[in-house]
Amino acid sequence: MAKKLMKGAEAIGEAAVQAGCHLFFGYPITPQNEIPEYLSSRMPQVGGAFVQAESEVASINMLYGAAGAGERVMTSSSSPGISLMAEGISYCAGAELPVVIVNIMRAGPGLGGILPSQADYFQTTKGMAHGDFRLLALAPWSIQEAADLVQDAFDLADYYRNPVMVVGDGLIGQMMEPVEFYEDRQPIKELPPKTWASTGWKRDRPKAIINSLFLDPAELERHNFHLKEKYDLMERDEVRFATYGAVDSADVVIIAYGTVARVCLSAIEALEQEGIKVAMVRPITLWPFPYKAVREVASKAKDILVVELSTGQMIEDVRLALHRPRPIHFHCRLGGMLVSPEEVIDKVKAIKAGTSEEVQHA
Amino acid sequence: MQNDVIMAGFGGQGILLIGKMLAYAGMQDGKEVSWLPSYGPEMRGGTCNCTVVISDKPVGSPVIQNPGAVLAMNLPSLEKFEADVRPGGYLLINTSLIERACKRDDIRIIDVPANTIAQDLGNPRGANMVALGAYVGATGAVSMEQVEAVVRQTFAAKPSVIDVNLEALHKGYDLGREFAATASGGAAS
Amino acid sequence: MPEAVFVRPDSLSDVSTHYCPGCTHGIIHRLVAEVIDELGIRDRTVGVAPVGCSVLAYNYFDCDFHEAAHGRAPAVATGIKRARPDLAVFSYQGDGDLASIGMAEIVHCANRGEKITVVFVNNAIYGMTGGQMAPTTMPGQVATTCQMGRDVDLVGHPIRVAELISTLRTPAFIARASSHSPLAAVNAKEMLRRAFTYQVEERCFSLVEVLSTCPTNWGLTPAESTEWLEKTMLPYYPLGVFKTPDGDDRAPLPRKP
Repeated sequence: MAKKLMKGAEAIGEAAVQAGCHLFFGYPITPQNEIPEYLSSRMPQVGGAFVQAESEVASINMLYGAAGAGERVMTSSSSPGISLMAEGISYCAGAELPVVIVNIMRAGPGLGGILPSQADYFQTTKGMAHGDFRLLALAPWSIQEAADLVQDAFDLADYYRNPVMVVGDGLIGQMMEPVEFYEDRQPIKELPPKTWASTGWKRDRPKAIINSLFLDPAELERHNFHLKEKYDLMERDEVRFATYGAVDSADVVIIAYGTVARVCLSAIEALEQEGIKVAMVRPITLWPFPYKAVREVASKAKDILVVELSTGQMIEDVRLALHRPRPIHFHCRLGGMLVSPEEVIDKVKAIKAGTSEEVQHA
Repeated sequence: MQNDVIMAGFGGQGILLIGKMLAYAGMQDGKEVSWLPSYGPEMRGGTCNCTVVISDKPVGSPVIQNPGAVLAMNLPSLEKFEADVRPGGYLLINTSLIERACKRDDIRIIDVPANTIAQDLGNPRGANMVALGAYVGATGAVSMEQVEAVVRQTFAAKPSVIDVNLEALHKGYDLGREFAATASGGAAS
Repeated sequence: MPEAVFVRPDSLSDVSTHYCPGCTHGIIHRLVAEVIDELGIRDRTVGVAPVGCSVLAYNYFDCDFHEAAHGRAPAVATGIKRARPDLAVFSYQGDGDLASIGMAEIVHCANRGEKITVVFVNNAIYGMTGGQMAPTTMPGQVATTCQMGRDVDLVGHPIRVAELISTLRTPAFIARASSHSPLAAVNAKEMLRRAFTYQVEERCFSLVEVLSTCPTNWGLTPAESTEWLEKTMLPYYPLGVFKTPDGDDRAPLPRKP
């Protein structure tokens, strides 16, 4: 298909349809309303269903039902709505249901604001809800990548039978960029038929019970170990990242994800003109986090800079990646304010000049 | 080579639309583009703006603090973005609605009486087209053919307005070209 | 060969339940299973179990099942039915699940007219968690969180779910039945049959509220419990059909001036 100029939200919706998702359940919340709006008219065109649920709580449980019945299904929301879905996402993880959730993050806490933010890093990567589970989380930095990752998310969800989240900020939802969908796209994983789905029992297979309840502790422990095996596989096979700039000899290495990484890339190019060598590692999967890549690039750089639209949530993972204590510098904007290339340039220069304060840890 | 512009004005002036048209034309030219709107409460009736980036290589930051051009369609927009234009960059001022002059002397200032020109053409809603034309004429950020094609496509459902909008676009374009051709269109004085 | 006159329905698994002596969940399970058998839809039926005493219903019904989060069975059922309209989908929910934490889900599921069947078991108490007050606990009824009896001045009156849902304008089949006597159970089965039939015919949302006993948490013997249900609950929770898809509309659109 030819390139089309699409708003991020519409590209995300269309990507779901292209991935064979014909069911969407969601509840309005800014700044992602264009996703349900687009799909409310698109789903009927492909013989699918769009339901505006009564709440995010209901939405995620509708996903539970639809995924349990063996169909591809998606919802989208923004930060406060994701908090409401957290319970249901835990149930989906427990019942091993492939669901795709899009979070167009806004600033918090509480109602916060409606402008771009990366405030939900902890929520996304550190468990999200009760129970011992993991969420595969993909963070696009462009509209094309958002469209690609949404399609991949369905394959990954089906393959691992696990919830997958696509995490963008408000820019990803609102921005327009050229997008191309590939007609001959093949699944990125070999996907077996969903024989586990609850689709009416003709006694030709074991009875299908979609369930996360295990009252026998020994059985639940087995289930937990089984889930852990999946998470281990994801950590082994699904880490995605990209590197930029002078990765072998950087004065400063930047760790940033999502649209913030694009801002940093503009800064890196400008700094290069001035002879300052900067590299960047961009996590594409927030979980599993690219610890090894960060460690390797950081080991060859003099200084480390984390740039985020949060108060420094990703710093924790960067510190884990380093293995030994090293100074980390940090730059952020909060509340819906955006980082500019100029700010990153100034920060890098301050680090080089020795006037940037390191992040302190107890 | 990168052209970036912030277009700003009242909600309802068609600012977001001409931003999209510019981005679309850039894409049709084979360039990399991004269109980023301001959104939020300010969308509701107040000022609105969008940032368009047109580049030969993948667009880095879609957020531009110091753009190469600002198109100010009303006074609040001029006040908000006047200081942000990169030295040597363009500031297009809709002099039909903005009475005061720009205070800077390190940028290229183009007076575009967009509403007056549109009014004279009998197409008062075409002020945004005049402004788009002036930007394209002055900067050559995208090819005029593609902008024309986008205008035809945008108004395909209302063929009666295609010609009047093309006319407004060309008036603006001529004004932009003229500016580029004069001494003031060269390096900023 | 002797003729079998009473056998386990095909749609029930050959297992013992965990329900307490005198609890009528077992009867209601059986009535639902008989209806599924008689309609010949077992192999395309998917049930949704709640959180509450019937949380393990998926072990007792011999068909595919989803176990839902507390109160969310109507949302899960919506998901299944929208994904696979060819399936017969029913949720089986208690009063805490449906009328307290899941009130939004049941109201909106009914109002959207999801073509599913809801079996709502009302025993006026939280059973599984140990006898706390339910939205349907009777005035004056003692529960572990209203130890002096339900005080309607403090916590309001019990919610009549069948009446409440039947105020919705969307066509639906809404009925209340009981399980406290053989005759009541026969009538309950008829209500369930109509409810499932409306779904099979792709007509409408259907909900049957079935009054049930909880001797353990009521602190009564099974026999006393059926008596208590009859004397205390029946006057407040009248049995009958509250709404049919063909019936008069209870909430007509305003007339044009």
